[in-house]
Amino acid sequence: MSKVTLGKALNLGLRKALEDDPKVLIMGEDVGRLGGVFRVTDGLQKDFGEDRVIDTPLAESGIIGTAVGLAMRGYRPICEIQFDGFVFPGFDQIVNQVAKLRYRSQGRVPMPIVIRIPFGGGIGAVEHHSESPETYFAHTAGLKVVACSNPTDAYWMIQQAVSSDDPIVFFEPKRRYHEKADLDEEANPYPLHAARVLRSGGDVTVLTWGPSVKTCMDAADAAREDGHEVELIDLRSLSPMDLDPVYASVERTGRLVVVHESPRTASLSAEVSALVTERCFYHLEAPVQRVTGFDVPYPPARVEDGFLPDLDRVLAAVDHTFEF
Amino acid sequence: MTVDSMASTRPRGDCVQLLTPEGERVTHPGYEDVDFSPEQVRGFYRDFVLVRRIDTEGTALQRQGELGIWASLLGQEAAQVGSGRALEPGDFVFPTYREHGVAWCRGIDPVNLLGLFRGVDHGAWDPAEMNFGLYTIVIGAQSLHATGYAMGMQRDGAEDAVLAYFGDGASAQGDVNEAFIWAGVFNAPIVFFCQNNQWAISVPLARQTRAPLYQRAQGFGFPGVQVDGNDVFAVHEVTKRALRGAREGNGPTLIEAVTYRMGPHTTTDDPTRYRIASEVEEWRLKDPIERVRVYLARNGLADQAFFDSVDEEANDLAASIRKRCIELPDPGPMRMFQQVYAEPSPTLERERAEYEEYLAGFEGSHA
Repeated sequence: MSKVTLGKALNLGLRKALEDDPKVLIMGEDVGRLGGVFRVTDGLQKDFGEDRVIDTPLAESGIIGTAVGLAMRGYRPICEIQFDGFVFPGFDQIVNQVAKLRYRSQGRVPMPIVIRIPFGGGIGAVEHHSESPETYFAHTAGLKVVACSNPTDAYWMIQQAVSSDDPIVFFEPKRRYHEKADLDEEANPYPLHAARVLRSGGDVTVLTWGPSVKTCMDAADAAREDGHEVELIDLRSLSPMDLDPVYASVERTGRLVVVHESPRTASLSAEVSALVTERCFYHLEAPVQRVTGFDVPYPPARVEDGFLPDLDRVLAAVDHTFEF
Repeated sequence: MTVDSMASTRPRGDCVQLLTPEGERVTHPGYEDVDFSPEQVRGFYRDFVLVRRIDTEGTALQRQGELGIWASLLGQEAAQVGSGRALEPGDFVFPTYREHGVAWCRGIDPVNLLGLFRGVDHGAWDPAEMNFGLYTIVIGAQSLHATGYAMGMQRDGAEDAVLAYFGDGASAQGDVNEAFIWAGVFNAPIVFFCQNNQWAISVPLARQTRAPLYQRAQGFGFPGVQVDGNDVFAVHEVTKRALRGAREGNGPTLIEAVTYRMGPHTTTDDPTRYRIASEVEEWRLKDPIERVRVYLARNGLADQAFFDSVDEEANDLAASIRKRCIELPDPGPMRMFQQVYAEPSPTLERERAEYEEYLAGFEGSHA
């Protein structure tokens, strides 16, 4: 057991994936010699060579499109998209090709591709470096979408994603890359496509993922001081969503707050709200509350603190669930 | 509007041609030693007639309501058969949706092509078994897949090459140009085969490119060759050399096969709205099949019995694929849920189960 950052945990997981299967490749902009702009692939090209850790030309459609061909040839590419807002030049290849080739070929052409995307705000960046585009991918049949929130999950989830025969869009909370926690490399990994209860509590359920998990954990501490016990669930898998633990929790608490950074309209919290209403209608003591980014383009960095769900907005929503 | 849409298609000094539209065998600098056996030429002719017959049947089946749509290859037989017959077994093809002639050369059952346009599936052949990718509808997307596949061959140490098809319209797509960049910088074993058929639905070549397409390769750092796409000899030889170069580690080549889409873009299209009849007639005189037929007859390489037997074979093939196409079973509604994922998604499984239950509710309610 050792304390590592989330970024280092990903690095260790990627290293393990490269060691375990010679067909695994890493490809993207600056992933080789530099080790990635966040150093997530640090040292991997040195140890596994330029043919397996590939510095690509600067074109996202090219990264994804060539990964499709490599996958057809039996490779298992891990593509790095440098920042969330830069995934869109590759969007066509992801949505029309990566997501559909298994289906189009009736299972003859599997697409074991992982697309890593650092996502979310809070780092004071310029435009296009702080977005949360997970909904686009969760809306696309044929893709699976996950988001890690802590070093242990980062380490295991990236390996599980690489070994999956389905294409997986893998979101990494970039503003948590440097946060440390214990990493147990011997532990049995938690299933990839399962939500996880991080904290038990009987009064109100809070569901979130990615960078907002820590925000909500802090909010849960604060809520306790106000006399509300929060049950905090990390969704982890955004497609498919594993809502069984959420239903079970809401059946006990009667209250649900969903928190995410992406803009609200037609977001994943809308889907969660609809499903929880279908499944838990008679248990609900209050309407499902949402704490999200606003329906605006990601704002300039000096304004982002207002855009991002923070402890106070989460607490306000928690409190509001007791007003019905 | 002053750019002539035919600017890059007129015969040029550097456009490789080995058989004229009149069936005259000619030579080209660097191609003096090229030779084709009578058997090989008869083989090309047979391929042409059968492929054109498949195509005619596709259009007919669409007109009769048996296909949703058909994309005709009429006029492009030499470009497709010439390049398709240049492949070695280990090579891999990435087609667009119009490569029926290449599919034929790779041994794809024509009924599988008809099935796709009928709407029973998205392509029922196994790409890994046939070394022929699935038809790709998004224009130019397959050029990147082809390049990635070639990079995989490179990593495997295979002595094979990829042949990637696209058209003049696709040459404007970002993906095609990114594929050129990738293939160039990684020296991938790939041949880009552009069938310049002059029209992207209604938009002429002049709106896709200012420079002749084959010249574009130079800017990406690899050779580009322009070839008379209606001349099977030239197409075959140019493609064979490019594939050999790729296999030997010399990297990519761009081939621009200058040809013409004699029919509509697809059966939904009406080309009389955007091009003049005289242009079509001009190209009819350059028909790829007729010149091989003249060459065979004039040189005594085939007699009437041969031509008759090919026609008979075409008739039999047409009848067979028509029958088998019409008999293709409808897949049934539950088919849509299959193979979305390798590992089942509980969300999708629930939707599937709900729909199945819904359908079961109708059982026995209608005679």
